[in-house]
Amino acid sequence: MADPMRIRAALAGDETTVRVLMSHPMEPGTRKDAAGALIPAHFIKDVEATSAGKTVLKAMFSGSVSQNPFLSFKFKGGAKGDKVVVKWTDSKGDSRTDEAAIA
Amino acid sequence: MNSSRRTAIKSTGAFASLIALGLVTQSQAQAAVDHASFQVKTLEDALKAIGGTAAASDQVSVVSPDIAENGAVVPVGATSKLPNTTEMYLIVEKNPTPLSCAFMIPAGTAADVQTRLKMGQSTNVVAVVKADGKLFSASKETKVTLGGCGG
Repeated sequence: MADPMRIRAALAGDETTVRVLMSHPMEPGTRKDAAGALIPAHFIKDVEATSAGKTVLKAMFSGSVSQNPFLSFKFKGGAKGDKVVVKWTDSKGDSRTDEAAIA
Repeated sequence: MNSSRRTAIKSTGAFASLIALGLVTQSQAQAAVDHASFQVKTLEDALKAIGGTAAASDQVSVVSPDIAENGAVVPVGATSKLPNTTEMYLIVEKNPTPLSCAFMIPAGTAADVQTRLKMGQSTNVVAVVKADGKLFSASKETKVTLGGCGG
């Protein structure tokens, strides 16, 4: 199981800014190790963020997103104390879900 | 007997194609691209996977540095001022697989996303957005000092 995500959600006016830092190697499958063998692909494919039971963002990544992906987005309709839940699924089928309250 | 077999085959075929049609429309409603789209090798194919050519628009902007020292971590974002923006894509033109990420923007979420991408060499970064079912794009050149795709 991967390390937990770091999620910050801050309300400013009527807009909530969410910043997520996922912990993942994001191997594109094109890199070679010291011995010249290809490192197999292993990257996050799907990300879904929900808040108060509503999907606020869906994303699909490829291997060309950086290691430990960062994602920032804004949505309207959040309230202080609401939970923002982020879930990712990677190319090996692993997934991880973390949540944070809107501050 | 033979004829009934034919009818059976025909009706099964028709049924299967109906299901196929249904599935196609269902997946399109969700997003134009699937994970296979991320494997395409050229910018043209990436645009084709998204759904055709996009008109350049000054309402769309790419946030990307002029010079990136480390191609492994380049902060890239996209914003759209177009109403009803539903999908956003980031394409790194000269990467081995140009289509980097796709965002589905539900109503209530701002068309303003940021992430970090890898770039193998100096390249154009293209943002494509879908608003009201139409595609618009903007691009920006980023010079990369040290490539981030290994080799």
